[in-house]
Amino acid sequence: MCGIVGLLLKKPSWDAQLGELLVPMLVGMTERGPDSAGLAVYASKPLAQLKFSLFQLYGETDWAAFLRGLTAAQPGEHGLQDSGRHAVLTTRTDIDLVKRFIATVPGVVLLSQGHSIELYKDIGAPADIAARYGFAKFSGSHAVGHTRMATESAVTPDRAHPFTAGEDFCLVHNGSLSNPCRVRRKLEPLGIHFDTDNDTEAATRFLEWRMREGDSIEAAIEQGFTELDGFFTFLIGTRNGMSLVRDPFACKPAIVAETDDYVAVSSEYRSLAHLPGVSQAKLFEPQPRTIYHWERA
Amino acid sequence: MSGTVDFDLAGGQPRLRELNGWLHGRAGTSAPPQVRVLHPDGAHNIAVGADAAFDIEVLGNVGYYVAGMNKLAKVTVHGNAGTGAAENMMSGEVRIKGFASNAAGASAHGGLLVIEGDASLRCGISLKGGDIVVGGSVGSFSAFMAQAGRLVVCGDAGEALGDSLYEAVIYVKGKVASLGADARFEPMLPADLAALAGLLQRAGLPHDPQEFRKVSSARSLYHWHAEADQEY
Repeated sequence: MCGIVGLLLKKPSWDAQLGELLVPMLVGMTERGPDSAGLAVYASKPLAQLKFSLFQLYGETDWAAFLRGLTAAQPGEHGLQDSGRHAVLTTRTDIDLVKRFIATVPGVVLLSQGHSIELYKDIGAPADIAARYGFAKFSGSHAVGHTRMATESAVTPDRAHPFTAGEDFCLVHNGSLSNPCRVRRKLEPLGIHFDTDNDTEAATRFLEWRMREGDSIEAAIEQGFTELDGFFTFLIGTRNGMSLVRDPFACKPAIVAETDDYVAVSSEYRSLAHLPGVSQAKLFEPQPRTIYHWERA
Repeated sequence: MSGTVDFDLAGGQPRLRELNGWLHGRAGTSAPPQVRVLHPDGAHNIAVGADAAFDIEVLGNVGYYVAGMNKLAKVTVHGNAGTGAAENMMSGEVRIKGFASNAAGASAHGGLLVIEGDASLRCGISLKGGDIVVGGSVGSFSAFMAQAGRLVVCGDAGEALGDSLYEAVIYVKGKVASLGADARFEPMLPADLAALAGLLQRAGLPHDPQEFRKVSSARSLYHWHAEADQEY
């Protein structure tokens, strides 16, 4: 199974409520995904600096030591906001130099990078994870979340969704792919590095690679229909918005509620029932093999 | 017993169990009261397994399997339904005022399911004798392996309509994206027109039966042909 949720706020005046509106959506999908959860949140105004979302996968957490180490290795202005095993690093230093440093720190993995995205994911019940990292207080223009019931790889924080590739790009997945190894064998010789053995990571890296090669998101997803074999409802977060697509057999559910104030996407309506004005919202089921894309105007 | 009994599902899972337990406790009773279900909020399994002539009004959107296995009851959903609405219904009438998700009326043995809006993929899959009337369109693979009963589509049908159909009959008014294996158009006979008129009338959907086409099984899959080499 797995649950996916996404919320795009159309008006900046709603930004401060993003987390508060989204947490019940995420928690509402607990029965679909009780073992892990994650959330990618997009700031409405991208920073000039780069943001790196980090996670202490194993070992003792010592973010102060991490920052000291980074400053020693790469002198410059680095900001670090930590929240338990998560931290968000803000820096102007060259992206490759920062990544090279992160690779030297035992147990620390990079979950996302970009000027807008921050990413949190962990194992456990969605409500506990939301409380652990204070999801309800997050603000921003849009967010993409996931509750996981693992089928294709182990239950670990780095194998929870969302998965990311490149900058400000993330993907959550309900379903399973049957050819992730084949996709991986195609991408790795191109220099694309994989962090896990998860099938969704293959889809994420494939689509981001297509977009980096110049495809629009629509063209990348069209390529995905040929290259990615399996069942999927994908919800994709980008700096400016989110995209939704279901496989041609529509094996996995999705429902969209749209009002003048927001676009909300969920696996099931029960995660949308609490949203303000949802009874007047335009509600629809996305068609199979059809690409939906929303951005803040 | 008379009057209306309200169940407000805003209380969550315990209230849902209370509702279904209450319905099951009155199985087989005559003249049961009217029931209203408030704040369904997309909950699954609302009013499953009813077995008496209840009149159940659900005021909002529901989740999966609403009115599943229904016997005798009349269930009206004033909203949209998730996957498997009225699946395995035995008798009675289930009406969805909005749209229905995948596999509506799956495996229904009897009764009438009316979906006033659209139905998604696999509507009436493995239908076993129930009747389904869809006011809008149906998605792909509808009436797949349907064995008995009737599916009426007032809008369009998606790909592979009636694939591997047995003895169920489909009446479709709009465009058909494609027919499934072994499904074929057949002439509308006077008996079809009369049956369809009756179904449309019961559904309260004013369409002219003359504008519908009939799809039924060519029965070429009934017997295995060694020469067919798996090409059908």
